[in-house]
Amino acid sequence: MLKDVTLGQYFPGNTVVHRLDPRTKILLLIFFIVALFTAKGWVGYGVMVLVTAASMAASHISPKNIFKGLKPMIFIIVFTAALNLFYTDGTPVLPGWPITWEGAARGAQMILRIILLIAGTFLLTYTTSPMALTDGMERLLSPLKKIGLPIHEITMMMSMALRFIPTLIEETDKIMSAQKARGADFENGNLLQRAKALLPILVPLFVSSFRRADELAVAMESRCYHGGSGRTRMKQLHFAPRDLWALLLGAVLVAGMFVLKHFGL
Amino acid sequence: MDPIIRFENVHFTYPEGEREILCGVDLSIAPGSFVAVLGHNGSGKSTLAKHMNAILLPSSGKVFVRELDTADETKLLDIRRRVGMVFQNPDNQIVANVVEDDVAFAPENLGVPSEEIRQRVDAALRQVGMYEFRMHAPHLLSGGQKQRVAIAGVLAMEPEVLVLDEPTAMLDPQGRLEVIQTVTRLCREKGMTVVLITHHMEECIGADRLVVMSNGAIVADGSPAEVFSQVELMEREGLDVPETTRVLHELGLPTETLDTESCAALIAEKLR
Repeated sequence: MLKDVTLGQYFPGNTVVHRLDPRTKILLLIFFIVALFTAKGWVGYGVMVLVTAASMAASHISPKNIFKGLKPMIFIIVFTAALNLFYTDGTPVLPGWPITWEGAARGAQMILRIILLIAGTFLLTYTTSPMALTDGMERLLSPLKKIGLPIHEITMMMSMALRFIPTLIEETDKIMSAQKARGADFENGNLLQRAKALLPILVPLFVSSFRRADELAVAMESRCYHGGSGRTRMKQLHFAPRDLWALLLGAVLVAGMFVLKHFGL
Repeated sequence: MDPIIRFENVHFTYPEGEREILCGVDLSIAPGSFVAVLGHNGSGKSTLAKHMNAILLPSSGKVFVRELDTADETKLLDIRRRVGMVFQNPDNQIVANVVEDDVAFAPENLGVPSEEIRQRVDAALRQVGMYEFRMHAPHLLSGGQKQRVAIAGVLAMEPEVLVLDEPTAMLDPQGRLEVIQTVTRLCREKGMTVVLITHHMEECIGADRLVVMSNGAIVADGSPAEVFSQVELMEREGLDVPETTRVLHELGLPTETLDTESCAALIAEKLR
């Protein structure tokens, strides 16, 4: 069950989207989110669906992978849609029913919005290696260093966390098997009992994580890590003309969505 | 030749600990040599290794890397660049999600220009035979492969000494063989100085020099054949000796050889 965690996964490739500078892609995601939250009518949502589909096609990411990532979010999606369905005023679908036409439309748009939001985020992580992603973030956030924020340290922690996700998942699996072999039961009982059953997994996982962190720190120091100052990069970020075009397209999208909103579409 | 690493009467006690971990160690390591350090858990061999690149500093005594005193904090990076260290658990020393990014970590820290990092990374990966895996995710590699990536990560610093602290303890026999062969080749072909900390007797046979540690002190030091021929001492320390040495010892023959062929020849002569 833990094997299908898609967080931070990366599918190497050589498409235009893969080759874009990570900074461009982060900015594009921000543009995309702004545009998505500006969308008001069906035309706006239609445009956003088209944009997402086009980006997916351009990066050769199959919808299957996006949907795999959506799975854990199904509950939130359904919950949000249901709330909107029942709590929007307007004309009832049938006289006396609590469901309104407006509610149905809002609910559907909410579902679309969440799905597109997740799809856009996954497109970024699927097409950008974690190293490039954190590197891009470090560069984008570097102005904040001036006010004393430890940007290098934050992005370093992020990339370490991403690096250790698979290792910790593997370890959790191992501990679970070990506890099962001693008769632990994770599948039965009510919610409270099942939560309690997780304790014998979390404790060893915590202890070993601290030991790992300690060893990792020594190993990093042995490899001359001494913070962000004077550090160079093997893969330097290049801002190519295509990045400029991509950003322009993103800006046009945001502007277009504002225009559509103005006309209520 | 001047030693590359020199211990002068080194004592070490952990700040909160009571037991002395190293009790007066004197050791000089010659450039280009392959030195194996053999000992039990708790013999102080890992502590000894951690003194070589200033992760630990002696409580008293001195450790020198070339002419640099490890206690001199201003020379810290210079010392760590010269003495590359590989640890036991490969998972806990790999920092990146892609093999080549991990190997690039040390030169990036040292501020090496990008193009040169690229060259160093490729060269280091070729030296350990992992070049084809440069785009792979480390967690999908076998233990032996991960440990070779870790070695490459250290080689990319272009160190003068490679210190390996029980690099095979968590590996299967196949991975163990891969790592030992890689290290031996680096020493014999590239002239790299290698210090191998281990508790596997078989891994020491190919070394130029074998140092045996017990309770924080050096109890034997010499060529592997010389050290192993002190069978009583090794048994007292609870350490194995090679089968050839054991057979020759039991037969009361000279035990100066570790090679199966010459061992057989000696026995044949005795029978005649």
